[in-house]
Amino acid sequence: MSGKPLKDPLDLLDIASVLTDEEREIQATVARFLADRVRPHIGEWFENAHFARELAPELGKLGVLGMHLEGYGCAGTNAVSYGLACLELEAADSGFRSFVSVQGSLSMFSIWKWGSEEQKQEWLPRLAAGEAIGCFGLTEPDFGSNPSGMRTRAVRDGDDWILNGSKMWITNGGIADVATVWAQTEDGVRGFLVPRGTPGFTTQDIKQKMSLRASITSELYFDNVRLPDSARLPHAQGLRGPLSCLNEARFGILFGAVGAGRDSLQAAIEYADSRVQFDKPISAFQLTQKKLADMTVSLGGAALLAVHLGRLKDQHRIRPEQISVGKLNNVREAIAIARECRTILGANGVSLEYSPLRHANNLESVLTYEGTGEMHTLVVGQAITGQAAFR
Amino acid sequence: MNIVVLVKQVPDSGAERTLSTDDHTLDREDADLVLDEINERAAEEALRLKESVDAEVTVVSMGPDSALEAIRKVLAMGADRGIHVCDDRLHGADVLTTAKVLAAAVRRVGDIDLVLAGNATTDGQASAVPAVVADLLGLPQVTHARELTVDAGRVRAERQTENGEATLDAPLPALVSVTEKINDPRYPSFKGIMAAKKKPVDTVDLDDLFPDADDAGFLVARTRVVEAVPRPPRAAGIRITDDGSAGRQLVEHLIARKLV
Repeated sequence: MSGKPLKDPLDLLDIASVLTDEEREIQATVARFLADRVRPHIGEWFENAHFARELAPELGKLGVLGMHLEGYGCAGTNAVSYGLACLELEAADSGFRSFVSVQGSLSMFSIWKWGSEEQKQEWLPRLAAGEAIGCFGLTEPDFGSNPSGMRTRAVRDGDDWILNGSKMWITNGGIADVATVWAQTEDGVRGFLVPRGTPGFTTQDIKQKMSLRASITSELYFDNVRLPDSARLPHAQGLRGPLSCLNEARFGILFGAVGAGRDSLQAAIEYADSRVQFDKPISAFQLTQKKLADMTVSLGGAALLAVHLGRLKDQHRIRPEQISVGKLNNVREAIAIARECRTILGANGVSLEYSPLRHANNLESVLTYEGTGEMHTLVVGQAITGQAAFR
Repeated sequence: MNIVVLVKQVPDSGAERTLSTDDHTLDREDADLVLDEINERAAEEALRLKESVDAEVTVVSMGPDSALEAIRKVLAMGADRGIHVCDDRLHGADVLTTAKVLAAAVRRVGDIDLVLAGNATTDGQASAVPAVVADLLGLPQVTHARELTVDAGRVRAERQTENGEATLDAPLPALVSVTEKINDPRYPSFKGIMAAKKKPVDTVDLDDLFPDADDAGFLVARTRVVEAVPRPPRAAGIRITDDGSAGRQLVEHLIARKLV
């Protein structure tokens, strides 16, 4: 006897039962928007390395940008809703989720958390509406996991600051209207808001990427950029400033990865059900079932972990090392799922017609950015042993 | 201006739909239930009017508990309040009963200027409820509208059917049913979704709507589905190999079936 395959592998554990109506409604709205506006084109955008900037105001209208922030035109949802939106965005494409993460959790959050009232009024409503785009410059060519060694430097010149240096691997960099830039100063790391067009500030997009092709990644250069003191984020001092933003973004990623895994698995289940070899669908063969079952188990665990961490965040008691557990596990599981799903699709799996290899390629970036798997492993290691092993 | 939108929760038209074996009514257990897509456009039209004139939009739906989700969806899109007619005795209600109940619910809103509905729902497709509601309320009925303007106490609509197009005009209050061509509905915003929880929804049953009615006498289902059979699987087609005579064979095939 044959039955129907499960459309959504997360239904096996009825993950939706631990969500509120409002959370489900927000998730469904994002999914529907993406089904209408992104999914029909995403393969082509990935192939042509095209970021659909025109969707930013539409995402703004929905309330996606900076959705978990309060005030200044932001929707003010809870953290779980923000996570579920990231899950759906990344189920469409990690590049889209990256755009939203950087806009909301790095650019907007840095201004919302560390900015002056004037800076918030100037930038947050436009960023929330998607009328302006933001980016976040911390990583440098020679300083990734160890940002404390950054060479970008800001020095006082009268009432102004002079900024010199460069930033690398900056999502949204080439299209950003405002960059949050972190630099060494006499009294530690400080953040600055650098608007596009400021003399001495230039960008160059990074070409020939094999990952996150539907999103823009750039280098930022600062050559004697003169900034007024009002460009400085007044409330951030030291690495705590940028690291607090990264924790926000990592939270979105640990949900997003579940989306990429789910979409890969849905594609594989559907394909296995329709692909007939030796007179039966390949979903009826034990080796395929073992793959599908193992992936469904690991995906369900990742989803439950994400929701659990979301609940902790909504209770304002989440700790950075807990986010590390989520980012480490969920991205690791998602990339394993995406790669395994590709094998179920056989030769068809290498075509952009199907999502798993696109997700796997995207997740190569997600595995590395916002703290490499290695760094998060050592953060967890330190949390359970008390020994810091990353220096 | 007081606008009422009539909406129905239906099984997702993109998914497989089944009828219950007992009484041939819709099996809601396994269905993905959604706000009917043509009704959603009626709601969108109401909200666009609300943006151009000062209007209050009330969404009315008849259906089981789950129909509240359809009402909340329209509230999330921007409607102001809802009326949910929920009564087990309405299970299997036909067109006439449905229209009587909806008309009674509209009367509860009070002085209304415009009733908006979809010209059909994607499940029943009887396409008669809006006309019957208009008749029961004594309103002019403007059906199958693909374009709508309200100005100076009148409603004007471009009516489009298989038989042609016409421009209709009626004084308010009136009932207008819209086709799926009228607009592209908005996505509810997150702020709208969160605000919808706090908007008032009046849940009523038949006793509220018809306090003086004789219970047994009211609920006459004048129509009943006596039999339903699944569509038979499609038979294999005829394969014609083109050896130069394919065109002739095709024409002969069509003539034999009186299709040309």
